[in-house]
Amino acid sequence: MSKIIEGLYYSESHEYVRVEGEFGYIGITDHAQHELGNVVYVDMPEVDDEVTAGEDFGAVESTKAASDLICPVSGTVVEVNEALEDEPGLINKDAFENWIIKVQLSDKGELDNLMDAAGYKAMIGE
Amino acid sequence: MNNVYYGKLIFELSREGRRGYSLPKNEMSDYKLESLPGTLLRSAAPGLPECDELTVVRHYTNMSNNNFGVDTGFYPLGSCTMKYNPKINEDMASHPSFSGLHPLQSIDTVQGALEVYDRVQESLAELAGMKEFTLNPFAGAHGELTGLMVMRSYHMSRGDVKRTKVIVPDSAHGTNPASAAVCGLDVVVVKSRPDGTVDVDDLRPLLDDTIAGMMMTNPNTLGIFEHSIGEIAKLVHECGGLMYYDGANLNPMLGKVRPGDIGFDIMHINLHKTFSTPHGGGGPGSGPVGVRAGLEQFLPSPHVVRKDIDADSYRYDVEFGNDSLGSISGFLGNFAVMMRAYTYILSLGHENVKMVGPLATLNANYIKESLKDVYELPLEGVCKHEFVFDGLKDKSTGVTTLDVAKRLLDYGFHAPTIYFPLLFHEALMIEPCETESKETLDAFIAVMRKIAQEAKEQPEMVKSAPHHTPVRRLDDTQAALKPIVTYAELSSMVD
Repeated sequence: MSKIIEGLYYSESHEYVRVEGEFGYIGITDHAQHELGNVVYVDMPEVDDEVTAGEDFGAVESTKAASDLICPVSGTVVEVNEALEDEPGLINKDAFENWIIKVQLSDKGELDNLMDAAGYKAMIGE
Repeated sequence: MNNVYYGKLIFELSREGRRGYSLPKNEMSDYKLESLPGTLLRSAAPGLPECDELTVVRHYTNMSNNNFGVDTGFYPLGSCTMKYNPKINEDMASHPSFSGLHPLQSIDTVQGALEVYDRVQESLAELAGMKEFTLNPFAGAHGELTGLMVMRSYHMSRGDVKRTKVIVPDSAHGTNPASAAVCGLDVVVVKSRPDGTVDVDDLRPLLDDTIAGMMMTNPNTLGIFEHSIGEIAKLVHECGGLMYYDGANLNPMLGKVRPGDIGFDIMHINLHKTFSTPHGGGGPGSGPVGVRAGLEQFLPSPHVVRKDIDADSYRYDVEFGNDSLGSISGFLGNFAVMMRAYTYILSLGHENVKMVGPLATLNANYIKESLKDVYELPLEGVCKHEFVFDGLKDKSTGVTTLDVAKRLLDYGFHAPTIYFPLLFHEALMIEPCETESKETLDAFIAVMRKIAQEAKEQPEMVKSAPHHTPVRRLDDTQAALKPIVTYAELSSMVD
């Protein structure tokens, strides 16, 4: 059974947002890393790039598949998790600890379109 | 065979100073190396292996026996159409009258070869229900790009510059969105229904005057015939777009259904799938592109045409059309591949070519029905040339699709495609092709059933398969992260 953390926002395409003030930390869920298997590459945007809710901002490649990362919220990238460049497998170790990008949120209202922990849990059927 | 000893790396068999030959006297020994720029000089001798001839022969002969191909065993790799390549194809392609030709020879001296081009163009056009074909693209994805360039040329020629989007189903092969992106078009994804076919209700709101066209395979990636194709084509045409047929799954349709008759305007064919030419590493590919009447002027140049001189005589020529989208490959594509495809078409003939699709469909359905009590079949009903299982029916053993695929290798079968398409977690995609006998299919079915039994009785044994292959489970994560591709890298790690 996958780990789901209370207080985060979840998307249907298995990304999460952890909100801290004006910023959102975006990554993929524990369920997603489990389904993907060993992650071997994370394609990330650059700092200052604009990201848009519903559009892709990168991709995760595992030994099984390559999947687009769909941004759950809009904003400006203020930081990327550079540790993933050398060690993409960190996502498998702890998907919630190892976020992929940190975004300055442009519209906090978009968070209302996302699921809470209970909603996400119901969606993945656990 | 001695794979144990001679199966080592050639570098491991090397002994310093060992020679299997004697070189002629070095006539360059007086040459002043200093006269060359330093950047062109080696600082150390290349680390070449040093072996006697017999060791070299045994090493490579043993290695070649480790190859698995359609000539050595059943190869049910879904979505790839790994059909047998009849040997007569090779005989014809390697005939000196053809293999000795040069692409810069004068037209008058290659009339026979150009006749082959013309007849392949004509045969494919008839089989596909298209007006005209180009044989120039070098591969399926290259054909997709060429076809989309035709689509763009068509819209541009009408001054319709707003059409920048291509609709692609979410179940499509990854090459479709990739080709569209390379062509400078934006991809719009249309959702599938639970049975994997295009959701027409999801398609409707996507259609407007920015749509250049829609790419589809039929049957789709799950081996299901798209019954709504008539309606889909009508909707796309009404909004001014064109329909593109990805020929990856043409095999079950061959001689029965023509893409041109069910609403497609542009298409490509993978000769290395449907027309029995070598696949992947076995030889160069080929992705001819066909178009319906009204689009032929946009096809790439050069293009082979037959010109009538008078009532009794004609001559073949190569044309560069004014409206053509231009050149997309050197000369006229891979001629030897055309020779193989043409041989295949002639060997089958007008009647037998109609049996390809039905037999490919029958073989796939036979395997599906024989295994669906032990493997999870997510989509019931008749499939076309291929189908997808969602792993073993009994998930309690913990044996995954990967384990089943590895265990198949122990029994001498190539594994099916696994974990594609992504619509199912434990996808196991099987495509047997029409070329397999019932006995081969029965042997495969028996082994698949045996593995399902083993998964119940000895799950750990299946999870640690393969047991009888030259190498066991490879670490594909490390291979992706830190590939070791030279012996120098390997030996430095061992040291």
